[in-house]
Amino acid sequence: MPDSDYILEMKKIRKQFPGVLALDDVDFDLKPGEVHVLLGENGAGKSTLMKILSGAYSKDSGDIYINGKKTEIGTPANAQGLGIGIIYQEFNLNPYMSVAENIFMGREPAILPGVINWPRLYRDAQAILDGLNVKISAKQKVESLGVAMQQMVEVAKALSLDARILIMDEPTASLSNNEIESLFQTILDLKKQGVAIIYISHRLQEIFEIGDRVTVLRDGQYIGTKPASEITRNDMVKMMVNRSLDDHIPKQKAKVGDVVLKVENLNVEQRLKDISFELRTGEVLGIAGLMGAGRTRLAKTLFGAETIKSGTILINGKKLELKSPRDAINAGIGLVTEDRKHEGLVLDLPVKQNISMPNIRKFLRRGVINFKKENAVVDEYIDKLKIKTPTRNKLCVNLSGGNQQKVVLSKWLCSDAKIFIFDEPTRGIDVGAKTEIYHLMNELTANGIAIIMISSEMPEILGMSDRILVMRDGRIEAEIPGEKATQEQIMKYALGEPYEISV
Amino acid sequence: MKSLFKDLDFMQMRQFGTLFGLIALCVLFTILSPHFLSTSNLLNVAQQSAIIAVISVGMTFVIITAGIDLSVGSVLAFSGVVMASVLHAGLPIPVGILVGFAVGFSCGLVNGLLVTYGNIPPFIATLGMMSIARGAGLWYTDGRPISGFDDSFRFLANGEIFHIPVPVIIMVVVYAIAHFVLTRTKMGRYTYAIGGNVEAAKLSGINIKLYLNIIYGIAGLLSALGAVMLTARLNSAQPIAGIMYELDAIAATVIGGTSLFGGKGTVVGTLIGALIIGVLRNGLNLLGVSSFIQQIVIGSVIIGAILLDTNLKKSKA
Repeated sequence: MPDSDYILEMKKIRKQFPGVLALDDVDFDLKPGEVHVLLGENGAGKSTLMKILSGAYSKDSGDIYINGKKTEIGTPANAQGLGIGIIYQEFNLNPYMSVAENIFMGREPAILPGVINWPRLYRDAQAILDGLNVKISAKQKVESLGVAMQQMVEVAKALSLDARILIMDEPTASLSNNEIESLFQTILDLKKQGVAIIYISHRLQEIFEIGDRVTVLRDGQYIGTKPASEITRNDMVKMMVNRSLDDHIPKQKAKVGDVVLKVENLNVEQRLKDISFELRTGEVLGIAGLMGAGRTRLAKTLFGAETIKSGTILINGKKLELKSPRDAINAGIGLVTEDRKHEGLVLDLPVKQNISMPNIRKFLRRGVINFKKENAVVDEYIDKLKIKTPTRNKLCVNLSGGNQQKVVLSKWLCSDAKIFIFDEPTRGIDVGAKTEIYHLMNELTANGIAIIMISSEMPEILGMSDRILVMRDGRIEAEIPGEKATQEQIMKYALGEPYEISV
Repeated sequence: MKSLFKDLDFMQMRQFGTLFGLIALCVLFTILSPHFLSTSNLLNVAQQSAIIAVISVGMTFVIITAGIDLSVGSVLAFSGVVMASVLHAGLPIPVGILVGFAVGFSCGLVNGLLVTYGNIPPFIATLGMMSIARGAGLWYTDGRPISGFDDSFRFLANGEIFHIPVPVIIMVVVYAIAHFVLTRTKMGRYTYAIGGNVEAAKLSGINIKLYLNIIYGIAGLLSALGAVMLTARLNSAQPIAGIMYELDAIAATVIGGTSLFGGKGTVVGTLIGALIIGVLRNGLNLLGVSSFIQQIVIGSVIIGAILLDTNLKKSKA
């Protein structure tokens, strides 16, 4: 029988998404008045687990006990009723309404049916805010509040629902040091009141400050739970990344040649700081880092889609004036974006139109598209990359993720790109198609093409990269030769913790 | 039936549907009125549809980019009166027409600039232009029409070449060019790409701002062409001409299968859409249905076409 010392127990929670097992029999429990930290890399399954707890996703199997009683959560409304509150990184507040209206949205106290009891609304809201020791007026508009105070409104909203379990997803991500201090004070107050908090964060330092216990997930699996007082930084990093690397990554080293791309002291306002690196033909340069480290920003900047503040970019030793993606394409750069559906493809257009989109000039004869030539070239790529589509006229929306990715690749192969930037090349792609993408990368490097590969998947970074850059806070934190790199080393640089490297 | 439709994508199916609707309407009116099916009446329908049809081409381009142009009717009036004043000043006809085109193109270009560089939603930018161009036309003429033109100018409305009315010829030529541009040129491809996914288009190296400006400019230019046709027909340029034309043009475009969300549509569909509206008006007139009721019918057809559209698509997906 489950022990009812726990306010929450999740047992053997399993969730399968198409192509990926997001949670593989994960356990998690929570005591009243504790801060339980949930730790793991991007994609480890933290969000999925929390979405199941808050009723946004349904689980495939496993049991959830609340106060020792087996419970089906089912819907977000149910979760609220069970006293589970969640504070997302992105707030769900209406900026043009008052704090009180936001706190009691949909549950406003009424005098008559449909008529709001305003004095009571403000009084009740103010009482909750005062209880949290925050100095805001319930009548203030949310838009006039800073991020930290908006977060407090979210907390107040959860408390107004009698939340006994509060999930906080990276609550300190956009707070200043002072604001973090006062958030921690609030968390301590909540603990005293017996509220249990699930705390998701990448900042290891915070875990020691306010965490009671730590649970680590990795690749959808439960790795372990330890008291925060008994765990060290090194332990945590080990638990996060210590996977066996017998992975099926079919890397074939190519002959690494001359420098094709040289970036010197590249700066983008607020985002990228002093980025310098070189890229050689035949090489895969992996870029690792946590979400928000500036990796995608770097990719977009190299592709001419961001405004460069200072710095130089040299292609084959010649300075590149980069004002738009067209300049990058003309210089032989191709960007395979992180978000295929929103940035890589026009989903409602056929395969053919998508492949020729950046290349249409090649098929023009006196200003008119030469269909014969276009069709021949498009078919050649469909054939070469084994894109599974009945015809070139099939809309991309109807293709699988892997095949969509191949269409994006074809765009840049067709534009004769010599430098490929892959941003999360295998995200949302099934295992078979993943391997195919790796083989294609091998083929590209064998043909002297240089690849920059941004990835959050450790096996991919370690398996495919000849060299690895680790980014953090818009900077390049470290450069590591591919064969010497370890998961722990990369994770420590990505987290930015003081660390001695022993090679 | 199945084998016939097997290889068609949704857009083509949709176009067949619209064409089928047009034919069904014609059959219906042929049965109900003895006067409907005659060469002269059908040419009459084409002639009456020609102006809206020409304006709808610009509208189709704009809507494919996920935009909208509410100013076409007002721009028509403004460019019409400016052209008329040039003609009345005794300058040659081609000069007058070119000045009208320049006015129309400029108004459209301003729309484009507001959308691309001002970052104003197309609905608002062109709503403003709708009022500005209307006011400019009224101000320029003091609210009075400019009437009376040479027969050689009026030939553009009343003339025939090989027994085909000149407006119909103009319409057919405009559609042929527009169809060619949309299907066979870089600009056509980019039009769909921008409307389908502006972010992906940008990251494919397409100069979004340039093409949007050209497209809004062309919409203004085609309004000016509509002004030439209307002025020649009425023998008068009126500052209050073209009121509600934008709604007819949007209706023709949408009935023709162009998606207001952008990325999808053809001018062939729009032509059929414009003809459906023309046939409806003509047939209902022949049957003596009051113009009040006609509006109800046309409104219902617009809604019916879109209802069919969205629900068919859903069932197909």
